[in-house]
Amino acid sequence: MTQENRIKGGQIDRTRTLRFTFDGHPYTGHPGDTLASALLANGVRLMGRSFKYHRPRGPISAGSEEPNAIVELRSGARQEPNTRATVAELFDGLTANSQNRFPSLKFDLMGINDRLSPFFAAGFYYKTFMWPAAFWEKLYEPLIRRAAGLGSLTREEDPDAYDKGFLHCDILIIGAGPAGLMAALTAGRAGARVILADEDFRMGGRLNAETLTIGNHSGADWAEDTLRTLAQMPNVRLMPRTTVLGAMDHGIYSAVERVSDHLPIPAPGKPRQILWRIYSRHAILAAGATERPIAFENNDRPGILLAGALRTYANRYAVAVGDRVAVFTNNDDGLRTATDLQAKGIDIVAVIDTRQEGDLLPGIRHLKGAQVIDTKGKLDLKSITIRNANGRSETLSVNALGVSGGWNPNLNIASHHRGRPVWNDAIQAFTPPGDGPKNLIAAGAAAGHLSTHAALQTGAAQANAALEALGFKPHSPDLPKAEDAPLNLTPFWYVPEGKGRAWIDQQNDVTVKDVKLAKQENFTSVEHLKRYTTLGMATDQGKTGNILGLAIMAELTGRSIPQTGTTIYRPPYTPVALGALAGRSRGHDFKPTRLTPSHKWASEQGAIFVEVGMWLRAQWFPKPGETTWRQSVDREVLQTRASVGICDVTTLGKIDIQGRDAGAFLDKVYANTFSTLPIGKVRYGLMLREDGIVMDDGTTARMGENEWVMTTTTANAVPVFRHLEFVRQCLFPDMDVQLISTTEAWAQFSVAGPNARKLLQKIVDQDISDAAFPYMACGNITVCGGLRARLFRISFSGELAYEIAVPTRYGDALIRELMKQGQDFGAVAYGTESLGVMRVEKGHVAGNELNGQTTALNMGLGKMVSRKKDSIGMVLSQREGLTADDGLRLVGVKPVDPTKPLTAGSHFLDIGAAPVASNDGGWLTSVVYSPHLKSSIALGYLKNGTARIGQRMRTVNLLAKTEVEVEIVSPHFFDPEGDRLRG
Amino acid sequence: MADHRLKPITPLGHDTPHSVTLGPVTITEVVDTALASLAARMGEAKAVADIADSAGIPLPGPGKAAQGATYAAFWLSPDMWMIEAPFATHEDILAHLKPHFGETASLTEQTDAWARFDVTGDDLPAMFERLCAFDLRAQAPGAATRTVIEHLGCYIVIRASGHLSVLGPRSSAASLFHALETAARSAF
Repeated sequence: MTQENRIKGGQIDRTRTLRFTFDGHPYTGHPGDTLASALLANGVRLMGRSFKYHRPRGPISAGSEEPNAIVELRSGARQEPNTRATVAELFDGLTANSQNRFPSLKFDLMGINDRLSPFFAAGFYYKTFMWPAAFWEKLYEPLIRRAAGLGSLTREEDPDAYDKGFLHCDILIIGAGPAGLMAALTAGRAGARVILADEDFRMGGRLNAETLTIGNHSGADWAEDTLRTLAQMPNVRLMPRTTVLGAMDHGIYSAVERVSDHLPIPAPGKPRQILWRIYSRHAILAAGATERPIAFENNDRPGILLAGALRTYANRYAVAVGDRVAVFTNNDDGLRTATDLQAKGIDIVAVIDTRQEGDLLPGIRHLKGAQVIDTKGKLDLKSITIRNANGRSETLSVNALGVSGGWNPNLNIASHHRGRPVWNDAIQAFTPPGDGPKNLIAAGAAAGHLSTHAALQTGAAQANAALEALGFKPHSPDLPKAEDAPLNLTPFWYVPEGKGRAWIDQQNDVTVKDVKLAKQENFTSVEHLKRYTTLGMATDQGKTGNILGLAIMAELTGRSIPQTGTTIYRPPYTPVALGALAGRSRGHDFKPTRLTPSHKWASEQGAIFVEVGMWLRAQWFPKPGETTWRQSVDREVLQTRASVGICDVTTLGKIDIQGRDAGAFLDKVYANTFSTLPIGKVRYGLMLREDGIVMDDGTTARMGENEWVMTTTTANAVPVFRHLEFVRQCLFPDMDVQLISTTEAWAQFSVAGPNARKLLQKIVDQDISDAAFPYMACGNITVCGGLRARLFRISFSGELAYEIAVPTRYGDALIRELMKQGQDFGAVAYGTESLGVMRVEKGHVAGNELNGQTTALNMGLGKMVSRKKDSIGMVLSQREGLTADDGLRLVGVKPVDPTKPLTAGSHFLDIGAAPVASNDGGWLTSVVYSPHLKSSIALGYLKNGTARIGQRMRTVNLLAKTEVEVEIVSPHFFDPEGDRLRG
Repeated sequence: MADHRLKPITPLGHDTPHSVTLGPVTITEVVDTALASLAARMGEAKAVADIADSAGIPLPGPGKAAQGATYAAFWLSPDMWMIEAPFATHEDILAHLKPHFGETASLTEQTDAWARFDVTGDDLPAMFERLCAFDLRAQAPGAATRTVIEHLGCYIVIRASGHLSVLGPRSSAASLFHALETAARSAF
């Protein structure tokens, strides 16, 4: 197909032709085109169906404010719904499809909604889908969603990557039109670090769309020259294709850079988009202004555009949207469309000017005091009907109509911190609030200065204001000469004549009638107006319709527009792909992984790993012939208890605590006493929160007079460190205590079982006999001929056990050495499952019992909370509610029938008691299969549990639908006297 | 180095340090530096400064790193530094430092707590602006900071123009290296 509507000029590269398809039809365009401009060049004006009524729609704008030309871009996994054709940069091979139509854009069955429109007025859903309530989720909502104008998802994973990044600057300039360029030039020359960001792929803003001159150049040429100058400045960063989305706190702005959206697929390794966090000391909002329409009957037909957009398509994209054009305006800017297009040889049928006053355009049929009252054309504009000042109506055959109701400053970002926009009577629009984000100032059209001269002048002035505030020497460039014409706008919002629908917000199909209905039903505040009619919602956020809607409400209620108020804006300025918000945090890269020092070795053994926080820990080590995890775990447990087993326990948190007050400090953070611990000894400690609930447990070793090593649970390594820092810095700042984490510095292995000492003695260079290194001893040793190491004689399994630590780089070698030396004893490696089995057999608490709700008393460790000293949580742990004699107590549980498996989370019930909450006796916290007892065993919290040892109860799980008769026993299933660990 | 029979592996699990060149940057595992934290005990700041001065250990101010003849250091927090020394001669770094400082300071071996990657090449800011909030463009050699890279608490030390070190938690060396590689591919 030829580009039949392409005219001369423009900023497109005609030396190259790009091929693309829309709804399967092939078309061509040029670099520099958007999808919308290329389609218009090819005579395609119907680009979508409206959200509610499925009205045929074409683009009304040439920018990001577009409500109508919403399409799906690309295909397959890269398909992206709800994108604006007016900003989609054309590339060779682009496939685009219309959405919200069936079976085709030209013949849409849902167009029936348009005929049924009386039923779909504002509030229709609220009034209609009220009952039965159950129908909403299952019937009404899915139906409405299907009918509504949302694009489709392929449900395939996005193959592209997105980055997140951080930028810093003295001055962030948002928008690269005349004001932004002038501000950048001023600030750049003064030596400030400048970021100039613009959502367009071609910087220059309206200068690219107008024929106005700056100095002796065309606006577009001046923009290009200025950009060339700026590009030479090392302190200025030009960021085209970058939309500043919002003002966050402390001068931080978020922005999305579309790095590869204009390419068929991103280059290898390159992201599709980058979400930038921009740290700025000052910011200048130079985001320009958005033209607004005038509402009149049937003002939504394809071919009816904003007047400025008609100019943009002609001047920038060399596209004549129509060849018989009329302009409907209430201001002088609209007249430019007529003169510009006429200069391009396009037939200007008439200018319908709502104003009575002012000069007539020469050589053009300029009708003063006239209005457009209706239009015709099913899929395309065919004619307009106008009412002349003399009262006579007239039908004009036109195929394009430009409408200008004035310009609204793009102040969105300035009200992201809730500043209320300020009404400006001269331009009949809201301007940025005075109490917007700190250090954000507006320039140019965004500040309400609509002429080119004013944009240049305020751009330079605001840059100088920012420079001065930042301590730079202001720089006053010579301002080039530019037009400074006033807008001469006479307010005119909607044409009252006509019974049909006059569209305000085309994206949400909100009409003048809807606003009237909202008023009639007393939804007159702007917030209510928005919710009741959906004015200003969805992807365009009412960029073209909002002011129109509230101006009409103001007129209906007899209030002024500032009295009526305006809704304010939230980030993002334009829609953002969820992928950009996620960045690299997806799949395997969702979070970092922590690997233990023995990970490489464990992988070689075929270990099955489990995620424990960010750690990957070996869960068990399958051997040939083992077909279930239980076989592996049973073997590991039995062999550890029979001989010796080795487990990587590096993941436990290790905190180095030093200082003259370290012992006293430990007395504060632990419920039990540590200051009396001799050097070379380890003690089990219980750490309470301020409210008396157990925070964590672990052992702490005294390595020297003022040197201690604390061990925490894996899960609480960071929270405990944070807590200790808080205690040190805030609660006891006078204590001489220094902290640093050493979790990663040491590879630590548990060596447990009756042969543990024999095995270790083969690698430890010193004597570790029971006499030399008794139970709960610790010390610095050397291994394997001189490597510095640490040894702790502690046991979680209940066996004779040690933990041995070497610098992490030797951890891999140590596990290999231990397994090699252990061959004589049949040493096994064991994972977290076996660890869990052995600790439950021994009755030790772990994460399931330390659940943030339980006290030392609950755990049977009440006596550990020393009353002889003050410690964090001691006082509140004595609260009445926490110390009841019949409170929860840790018990052991075994099934009466050993073949019956127990289920963790089951609740205790008396025999015969109904399974209701009032009969609940507590719950099972940890369940394992004990290969020694050849039965499921469990730990649990049972009300008055200690007194109930020996009794029978039921454990009931209503979710798993299990019920098992159990016997309540001591939590110490295995070696309750502890002979083995002292052996 | 002690004469023992255990063979070390690098944070990435190799026998020798791994290195990769991506466009203009090279990312290399560095394992030849011993590390220890040095924290002045309460009231000993002056004593520690004097001892460090006589022992040739630089103690730079906040946000800074400094290199001495044998020792180097970067600032961690008030009265606390990370001391660097050559691994070959100072593997047991505490044995070297403790005699100097005695009970005036708390010293903790940190050598293997960290995986260190040195990144060299032109325009490193273009890579690191995709990784962390540290404003590399505004820094000069001798700057050092704590920052977060893909959830990992890291230190960045600028050694020279076009040369910096990233120290991240050793257990996450592979994740950190992946993040560095990804950013380099994205930037260049």
